[in-house]
Amino acid sequence: MSTDRVLVVVEPGIATTVQDHGRHGLAHLGIPPAGAVDPSLVALLNRLVGNPAGAAVLETVGNLVLEAGADVTVSTSRHAAPMALRPGQRVTVAAGGGRQWHYLAVRGGIVTRPVLGSRSHDTLSGLGATSVLAGVGLPIGAEPDDPIADIAPIAPVDDVARIGPGPRADWFEGEPLRALTASPLTVVASSRVGVRLRAHGLVRVRTDELPSEGLVRGAIQVPPDGDPIMMLADHPTTGGYPVVAVVHPDDVATVAQHPEGTAVRLKL
Amino acid sequence: MGDHAVLVEDPPGGPAAWSRGVRAHRIDGVVDIVPAARTVLVRWAAGASGELMLDVLRSLRPIGDGIDVQEVVIPVRYDGPDLSAVADDTGLSADQVVALHIGAAYEVAFCGFAPGFGYLTGLPRPLQLPRRATPRTVVPAGSVAIAAGYAAVYPGASPGGWHLLGTTDLVLFDPDRDPPALLTPGTRVRFEPA
Repeated sequence: MSTDRVLVVVEPGIATTVQDHGRHGLAHLGIPPAGAVDPSLVALLNRLVGNPAGAAVLETVGNLVLEAGADVTVSTSRHAAPMALRPGQRVTVAAGGGRQWHYLAVRGGIVTRPVLGSRSHDTLSGLGATSVLAGVGLPIGAEPDDPIADIAPIAPVDDVARIGPGPRADWFEGEPLRALTASPLTVVASSRVGVRLRAHGLVRVRTDELPSEGLVRGAIQVPPDGDPIMMLADHPTTGGYPVVAVVHPDDVATVAQHPEGTAVRLKL
Repeated sequence: MGDHAVLVEDPPGGPAAWSRGVRAHRIDGVVDIVPAARTVLVRWAAGASGELMLDVLRSLRPIGDGIDVQEVVIPVRYDGPDLSAVADDTGLSADQVVALHIGAAYEVAFCGFAPGFGYLTGLPRPLQLPRRATPRTVVPAGSVAIAAGYAAVYPGASPGGWHLLGTTDLVLFDPDRDPPALLTPGTRVRFEPA
């Protein structure tokens, strides 16, 4: 029986993309970092199937359905253990579970064509293939040497993220970091570019235009309407809104994993 | 700017020269060096010491002038849809606008907005107009444009609010090319009639 080492996309699901470690060192050319929103969750799922941490995976908000083209082993953030699939068997990654972003790793990794050193699709610049389309067979790489693990200790999403002052905190009235940490902030919109939060009390004292300046993942920009936006994987390399605070690098995924409508607590 | 980056404001020698100097030093652990209009963002890897990194950055001298900078000549067909409006806004003739645009020496101050989109300084003062009141939903790739005190070339089709003077066939950005961007910070640029 002939089988292909592919995962066939049955239902592409919501905002599903191929992601790995992303493109770094190219921001001075206007190239966003991209890469998985939740790198430590990806590293865990890759470990479960014996992959190196940087192997490319599928990232989705949910409702992703795949069919195995060959004998493959997958791990997902919706299941407690790696799963062996026979050719023709399907796996579903459902939305929900208290997490905005879910992942599916496959033993051998997804091996679509890399662009500038990464297989990540960047939703802002369009770099990297848009390969997760119904009917497409996603190629799987060679079996790694490391063994498959038995269980998946996936922790629930933390409810608090640490922040520090941003370079333009002094553009705001009073103590803007207090306004961000006084009470939990509701996630009003979420994408790979950024997470928009609802905040009260962020009032600018300087209203002159800020010349664009470099941004990092986790930078909290405040546009004129006062609702802060935390920059995420596909953030523009520079921006012209003042950055009031920066989320600790290890806690950026905590904020990003809060589903729309839920509230995240920030602390100093 | 968080635990793994610093935003350096008004660095000695200016953002373009200072960032070239930092890049030339090949500091271990530095991931990204991003010049912008008045700042340079330096980002380092998670394992690097922030304090040591700041010490190293403080000790640097700008060495921008000692580094080879490339010059790129961009052939332009001056057929842009905004050429006559720019002439009207500046009180010049279309030919004078073109002559000013061709006559100037430009430098890529920084990139942003899109991969390979360079903000070029050196635009003659009479051509320094604000952005268009209404941005276009689609500006074609290769559009040669001016706005906000800068000149630029759109590397790919995108929305845009700049004044379009003409078109070039040069490929400004190609992810399969090394380097992928034709215009990088510090590159000197001239425009010539195609």
